[in-house]
Amino acid sequence: MTTRRQVLSHSATVAALMASAGLLPSMARAQSGPFNAAAFEAKNMADALKAFGSAAPTESKEVTVTGPDIAENGAVVPVGVSTTMANVKQVMILVEKNPSALVASFAVTPAVDANFQTRVKMGQSSNVYAVAITNDGKAFFAQKEVKVTLGGCGG
Amino acid sequence: MADPMRIRAQAAGDKATVRVLMSHEMETGQRKDASGKVIPAWHITTVAAQLNGKEVMTAQWGPAVSKNPYLQFNIKGAKAGDKVAVTWTDNKGDKRTDEATVS
Repeated sequence: MTTRRQVLSHSATVAALMASAGLLPSMARAQSGPFNAAAFEAKNMADALKAFGSAAPTESKEVTVTGPDIAENGAVVPVGVSTTMANVKQVMILVEKNPSALVASFAVTPAVDANFQTRVKMGQSSNVYAVAITNDGKAFFAQKEVKVTLGGCGG
Repeated sequence: MADPMRIRAQAAGDKATVRVLMSHEMETGQRKDASGKVIPAWHITTVAAQLNGKEVMTAQWGPAVSKNPYLQFNIKGAKAGDKVAVTWTDNKGDKRTDEATVS
């Protein structure tokens, strides 16, 4: 069960991650442009809170993130993001506790499903977020906790 | 220079599932070598997919995508015989494009 308090706090976390990744201010820009290095280098949350004025992402059931509950090898964690929402222009994968939160960002055109699977690296057990941004700039997210047992017994 | 990608595109109904396996180090820039020097980041930054020459998907990747990256996505309206091309560019300016036919 998720309380309203948890929802709000997660919403803030994701917004902070996104803002720290430089995504909120740049949302208006074309996403398929050149590599947005700043977004992928951002790691601190303090900056984030400054830019926080923008639309905070809300949790949505229409966004899904798939992944293992327990990943034995943090170097290869299969993660999938998808959404059933219409008018999505971008979907992203973020790992909260990685040195840089943003892992990958996919620009969606009407010719592809907003459904991507890939493999990511995770430094430690963390929440994995999928974020979908619609054409009107609203952001929605889903989250999943993945435990990493790096070289452990796999239990 | 870079090894070829392995691309499989399979039509199912009105869409095609594309699976791509790229060959790339994806060095994060966080690791150190034996002498304690940081190994510089070397990773794929952008990925683009085309269906019959028309761009359908682009992605930006950070160093946290796994080594030898795997990517799966669906293209709507792709039929058997269509050409799917995937291009990646890394942060050293290296580039590679490979093509596959939807089956």
